[in-house]
Amino acid sequence: MAKVTFRSITKQFGSFTAVDDVSFEIEDGEFVCLLGPSGCGKTTTLRMIAGLEQPTEGRILIGDSDVTDAKPKERDIGMVFQDYALFPHMTIAENIAYPLKVRSVNKHDRHERAAEVAKSLQIDQLLERRPGQISGGQQQRASVARAVVHKPRVYLFDEPLSNLDAKLRLEARSYLKHLQRELGVTSVYVTHDQAEAMAMADRVAVMNHGKIVQFGPPLEVYRRPGTTFVANFLGSPPMNLLPVTYSNGAFEAADFSLDAAPFGKELRGVANGTQLTLGIRPEHLRLSTDADHWVLPGAVYAVEPLGPESLVTLRVADALVTARLFSDEPPTQLDGAGFGFDPANIHLFAADGERLTRG
Amino acid sequence: MHKRRTILPLRTGLIFLAPASLFIAAFILLPFFWIAGVSFTNRSLTGVTAANPEFVGLKNYLKLFDLSSFLQPGQFGSSLVITGQFVFWSAIVGQAVLGLILAWFFYRRTGWVKESVQTLAIIAWIIPDVVVAFAWSAFLDYDGGTLNWLIGLFGGEKVDWLLGLPLLSIIIFNAWRGAAFSMLLFSSAFGSIPPSYLETADVVGAGAWQRLKDIILPLIRTHIVTDLILITLWTFNTFSPFLLTGGGPAFKTEVVSVLTYRVAFKYFDFGAGSAIGMVMMIINLAFALVYLSLLRRQEGTR
Amino acid sequence: MNVVRHVLGRVGFYVVSSLFAAIFALPLLWLVVAPFSTKANLSVSLPEQWSLSNFARVFANSFAVRALFQNSVIQAVGTMVLVTLLATLAAYALSRAPIRGRDTISYGLVLFSSIVTGTAAMVPIFLLIFRMGLIDTHLGVILVFTGGLLPAAVFIMRDFVDSIPRSYEESALVSGASHWGMFRDIALPIVRPGMMVVGVWTFVNVWGGFLVPFILLRSPGKMPASVAIYSFYTEGGTPIITLTTAYALLYTLPVLALYLFVNWKYGFRFFGGIKS
Repeated sequence: MAKVTFRSITKQFGSFTAVDDVSFEIEDGEFVCLLGPSGCGKTTTLRMIAGLEQPTEGRILIGDSDVTDAKPKERDIGMVFQDYALFPHMTIAENIAYPLKVRSVNKHDRHERAAEVAKSLQIDQLLERRPGQISGGQQQRASVARAVVHKPRVYLFDEPLSNLDAKLRLEARSYLKHLQRELGVTSVYVTHDQAEAMAMADRVAVMNHGKIVQFGPPLEVYRRPGTTFVANFLGSPPMNLLPVTYSNGAFEAADFSLDAAPFGKELRGVANGTQLTLGIRPEHLRLSTDADHWVLPGAVYAVEPLGPESLVTLRVADALVTARLFSDEPPTQLDGAGFGFDPANIHLFAADGERLTRG
Repeated sequence: MHKRRTILPLRTGLIFLAPASLFIAAFILLPFFWIAGVSFTNRSLTGVTAANPEFVGLKNYLKLFDLSSFLQPGQFGSSLVITGQFVFWSAIVGQAVLGLILAWFFYRRTGWVKESVQTLAIIAWIIPDVVVAFAWSAFLDYDGGTLNWLIGLFGGEKVDWLLGLPLLSIIIFNAWRGAAFSMLLFSSAFGSIPPSYLETADVVGAGAWQRLKDIILPLIRTHIVTDLILITLWTFNTFSPFLLTGGGPAFKTEVVSVLTYRVAFKYFDFGAGSAIGMVMMIINLAFALVYLSLLRRQEGTR
Repeated sequence: MNVVRHVLGRVGFYVVSSLFAAIFALPLLWLVVAPFSTKANLSVSLPEQWSLSNFARVFANSFAVRALFQNSVIQAVGTMVLVTLLATLAAYALSRAPIRGRDTISYGLVLFSSIVTGTAAMVPIFLLIFRMGLIDTHLGVILVFTGGLLPAAVFIMRDFVDSIPRSYEESALVSGASHWGMFRDIALPIVRPGMMVVGVWTFVNVWGGFLVPFILLRSPGKMPASVAIYSFYTEGGTPIITLTTAYALLYTLPVLALYLFVNWKYGFRFFGGIKS
C-alpha cells in the first residue's frame, strides 16, 4: 500500500506536450480516476506511473521512494490493460501466475495462489482454458486477477471496461469497486466515461490538454465544475451552456433577458457588456408555468422518451437546451414552451471558461 | 500526435539489429560499391589481370554502348531490346493481366473450383525454377511436346517453339510462371474493398463493367502500381530464361541477366560483366524511384 | 428466362474455370506422369505399366542422393535458421526499440535489396566469396543467400511484429519481467507464426535457387539438387529423362509439402513479397 506522488511532471513526445507540469498526490488506499477526452494525457500519466514511459521532467514517487528512473519491474504494481493483453499462448492459470513466476515463486505455490485469486473473481472453472476460448467479460476478470495476484502496492487500470458491452460494463464496474474497497489498495483508473469515474472514484482528476483542470471528489466536481470544459464533460446529457452578454443588471441574449440580481457577489467587478456563459444542468430545468419568473423561451427541437424520464430539447437563441423531465409520461402540450428554473442552480463562467466565484 | 511506445531499450535494440546489419552491409552494400569499382577495371577470373587488374576508365562502358555493334545479336543493345520485350509482354501484359482476370473471375466466389484453379496457379509459381524449366522444355518439345499434340488435336501445324519462336516461348513461360503473384495481390486488394461499396453500386444499378471501372479499379490503384513495379523488377532480374533456352538460339533470348553471366563467367571478363551489372542496377534504381514517387503521390491524393 | 440465364452462367463459369485449370495444369502434366513410366520421353502418355523403377534408379545414384538429401538440405536449412533468427531479432528491434529513422531503414533495406539483385551483382558476390576463401563451400552459399534474403525477411517479419499489440509485452514488464524474460516468455512465442512463415519462405527460396550455387560451387560432391539435376546425361550427351523426371518430382515434393503445411496452418496469408 502506498501513496503515489507526481512532482511537476512533464512528458513530451517530440514537440508535442502530452502531460504539462502536472503535480498531485494520491493517498494510500485511495481510488482516483483520471478522466478526460482522448489525447488529454490521462493514459500517458498512467503509463508514467507504470514505468512504461519516462517523464521528460519532474519526479514520481511511490510510497516514499523515488521511482522516476526505476524499471516497471522495480515498481511493484499491477496493471489492467484496455485490451486485457492476456498472453495467447498461455492458459488462464499460467497467465494469472505469470507475475509470480517472474518473481521465482515455485510452481506449486504460484498455481495455488492463482487458483485462489481466480476463485475470488469467479473464474476458477476457466483456469485451463486459453484466452481465445473465453468471453470478453471473463478475459477482463482474468486480467484483473493477473494484476492483483502478487499483491502489488498500486493498481493501475487503463480503460479496462471500454471493450465490454453496456450490460457487462455495469456489472464489472460494481465488482471492481467492491474489489478495490475490499483490498484497500491505492488505485489509479483511466477512463473517458464520466459515469464510470463518478461511480467508482474517491476523487476524480479531470484532464484536458495535458493538464489537470479539476481534482476533487466526484460529486463536488459535478456540483461545482471549475470550468465550462468540466461542466460539459461531466453529466449525461451534459450541462447546457448559453452565451450571454451582461448588461445593465441582466443577462442578455437574442431571445431572452434574465435578471442578474441574485448573482451580485459573482458579478462584482464584471463590467457592463462582458461576454459570459450561463450553465444549467438538464435536471434543473422544468417546463415553465405562468408562475415562473426565470424562464428560457424556445421552440421545440426534439422530445426523447427514455422510460422513467424524458429529454426535451428546445432551440433557445442559437443554442440547443436540453431538460431531463422526471416523469414516465412524455409531455404533450409544448406549444409556446419554455424552461423554468431556480437561479440557485445557475453556474456562471467567464468568457475564458473559468467559473466566476463569489467574492 | 506522434508517439510510438518503446518496449526495448535502445542499446538492446541495437544489439538485436547488429548481426542482420552486418550481413546486409557485407552482401548488399559492399557489392554495390565493389561492382562500381570493378566495372572500371579489366579484371578477369584467371591470368595476370585477375591478380593485378588495371584501371581502364570508362572503357567497359564505352564498349557496351559502342554504337557500331550496339544492336548486333549478342551485344548489350540487342540484349536490352530483348529484355524490354520480355518484361513488357511477359510481366506487364502476361502476368498482370492474367492475374487480374483470375482474381476478378473468382472474386466473391467460393468453393472447390476456385480453390483448385488458384492452387494450380500457386503451384506453378512456387515449384523450383529448374523443375518448371524441365517441364516446359517437355511441354514445348517439337516432336512429343504436349502443346504441339494439342495443336495437332485441333488440326493445326506443329510449331518449333524453342528454336522457331524462342522469345515468345520464354514470354509465355514467364507469364504462366508468375501469374499467381498478381492473382494473389489483386485478390487481396479486392478483398480489402468493403462489400457495402459494391452493394451501393448494385443498388444504384451499376453493371459489372461499371462496377470494375468506377469503383474497384480506382480503389486498388496502389495495389496495381505495386504489382506492376514488383513484377517488372523481378522479371527484369530473373535468370530463369537461361534454364529454358540458355540464351539461344543465336542470342535471341539473351536477356541482360543471362548476358551478364555469359560475359563474366563464360568469357571471364569481370570488368565488362560488372559494367552490365552496374547498368542493371541503375535501371533497377530507376524503377524503384518511380515506384516510390508514385506511391508518395498516391498518398498525397488521399 | 432467368432459369436459362442462370444455367448458362453456371455452365460458362465451369467452362472458363476448366480453361484456366488446363492452362496451369497442362505444362505440369508431364512432370506428374513421366516419373512413373519406364519409357519416359518428352511426351505425355500414360505409362503402360506404372512403375517406381525410375525412383529406384535415383536412389541408386549416390551423386543424386547426396545432392538432394544432403547438399540441398544443408544449404536450405542453414540459410533458413540464419535468416529466421537474424530477421526476427532485427525486426523486433525495428518495431520495439526507439531507433531513429527505423521506417527509413526498413524501406531503404528493401529498396537496396531490390536494386542489388543476385543477377546484377553476381560478379562482386563471386569476388567477395572468392576473397573470403569460401568458393566451393556450403558456408559460402549459405552466407550469400542469407545476405540476399534478409532484407525482405526483415520487412515481412517487421510487418508481423508491428501487428502485435504492444500491451502483451508491456503487461509482462509491469508484471515484473526483465526485458530478456519478456522477450523469451512473451514476444518469441507470440511471433512464432511469423518466424514459421519467414522460415518456410527462406527454405523454399534456397531450395529452388539455381544461380548462386551454380556460380559458387565447383565440385560435384557439393552441388545442391537444383544444379545436380542438369548432370544426368548419357555418355553420348543425351539427357537421361527417366532419371531426371523422377528426380525433379522428388526435388519438388518438399516445396509442395511446405506449401500445404503453411496453407493448412495459417492459411496462405499474403505477405508483400512472399517470393522474390
